[in-house]
Amino acid sequence: MTTLAAASGWRFRRPSVIPGFGLTLGFTIAYLTLIVLIPLSGVAWRSSELGWPEFWALATDPRTVNALKISFGTSLIAALVNVVFGTIVAWVLVRYSFPGRRLVDAVVDLPFALPTAVAGISLAAIYAPNGWVGRWLGMVGIKAAFTPLGIVIALIFIGLPFVVRTVQPVMEEIDKEVEEAAATLGANRFQTIRSVILPGLAPALLTGFALALARAVGEYGSVIFIAGNIPYVSEIAPLLIVIRLEEFNYAGATAIAAIMLVISFLMLFLINLIQAWSRRRYGYGA
Amino acid sequence: MALDAAERPVTLGAMEERQSRPSFRRPTTEGPVAKTILIALALGFLALFLVLPLVAVFIEAFRKGVGEFWGALGEPDTVAAIRLTLTVAAIAVPLNVVFGITAAWAIAKFEFKGKAFLTTLIDLPFSVSPVISGLVYVLLFGAGSFLGPWLKSHGIEILFAVPGIVLATVFVTFPFVARELIPLMQDQGTGDEEAAISLGASGWQAFWYVTLPNIKWGLLYGVLLCNARAMGEFGAVSVVSGHIRGLTNTMPLHIEILYNEYNFVAAFAVSTLLAGLALVTLVLKSFLEYRYGDEIAAAKKH
Repeated sequence: MTTLAAASGWRFRRPSVIPGFGLTLGFTIAYLTLIVLIPLSGVAWRSSELGWPEFWALATDPRTVNALKISFGTSLIAALVNVVFGTIVAWVLVRYSFPGRRLVDAVVDLPFALPTAVAGISLAAIYAPNGWVGRWLGMVGIKAAFTPLGIVIALIFIGLPFVVRTVQPVMEEIDKEVEEAAATLGANRFQTIRSVILPGLAPALLTGFALALARAVGEYGSVIFIAGNIPYVSEIAPLLIVIRLEEFNYAGATAIAAIMLVISFLMLFLINLIQAWSRRRYGYGA
Repeated sequence: MALDAAERPVTLGAMEERQSRPSFRRPTTEGPVAKTILIALALGFLALFLVLPLVAVFIEAFRKGVGEFWGALGEPDTVAAIRLTLTVAAIAVPLNVVFGITAAWAIAKFEFKGKAFLTTLIDLPFSVSPVISGLVYVLLFGAGSFLGPWLKSHGIEILFAVPGIVLATVFVTFPFVARELIPLMQDQGTGDEEAAISLGASGWQAFWYVTLPNIKWGLLYGVLLCNARAMGEFGAVSVVSGHIRGLTNTMPLHIEILYNEYNFVAAFAVSTLLAGLALVTLVLKSFLEYRYGDEIAAAKKH
């Protein structure tokens, strides 16, 4: 029977004795289409209805351009900070043992579990001019809350676990023998880390960076309380979508959403490329 | 590394000598100073950016005493917000559990064309901004849409009402259970089910008595994460809710309103409930990872 089926050439699925393929795949595709694909395609549909000239006018509106710049600029800085400190945190968790290590490991996931609105008002309270940290920053002349710096702080909070959780499993897999070989060849510890360990971690770091960046660009709840939301200064793109919707300016909201969707799908594609490259080059899929 | 210890005859004198010597540092680790600095940097960063906001929630909530705290939680609007949040999660989470199990069954137990693409599509909501997740439903059901006038003429309210909030929550939490179960069930393979079926079990029996016990901890893990997000979602729900106090305000939206009214104690009091939920989620999640790590695939991949 197998030979018969193989002879028939192209086959949608490999035969199996397990039942339920039609039912489960049918339900999966139906639910996916209804909940995700149809609503998402609405953005593309509405954008195409606008026509190119109007879409271009909405997309190049100075306030929109500024909001996108602020969103991407702050996200980029936050993701870079997270790559540096996320790597240190992952290294410390993987390589060192100290009291409370398991607790610290659990704390890393806090931003996944803590609702964004809660994080938002709490960060705003801490970094406000009279807050615990804001007071000290104020003494040295730094204003954090209600400026782009505040946005970066919120985005660091949101993005950290993405870097740590991407890099950590790869670090655990590093073969110590490679480090020993480097040491016997006369490399000092710094040289080993720089030339042996970090290159192997590069795909994971890149993936973590891209994931943190992608999440930060779309983030809303934790940012709006600390950002101050001043147009052209600290107004992020997701907030501008909400403002346009409240003005019943659906066309304006759709145009910004379309740009953001295109960019996030490009980033998703990029992440997949990095992972495919990493699997080929380093044998793991970050 | 351990060669020197193994090959040298270990006598008492030699051991004493080894202990009195300054400890030998392995070439594959950092010096004590570098180690201390790195640990201090990591812990300091986590304390400042992650732990401090959590601690601040509780301190701000009790700033004016326990009485104010309980008073804020007893407000009718707050109680309504808590009830709505629980209702929405009670609808959205089971829907995504059913979806997650069926999707994982189709993807993990069968080989078919386009599987990788389908898996990517399931993860799609994770790469969409929460605000856009809400916007898509406004475009679909709103006044200017294709469906809007029809819904209005039939008196069906979706936007700015509970159904819209549920839909937005389902969208945002869509991948959680599925992406937990798919790698787990792929790892487990199809051998157990095939054995069950060859012994005469029906498909349902194979699922109920073989598959479900195999995936229960992974399923619980996915439900936990899905529920935390469902109860805490802000951006998507904010766009579709209409912010009607006592009617379409979930807990996160209620926090925003209280905060914008400068009612900080109340805002932080409601926040403590969600922060408590986050803590419970983290504790259970760590426990599951610690106790049933092998039965939760991809536990470390989040």
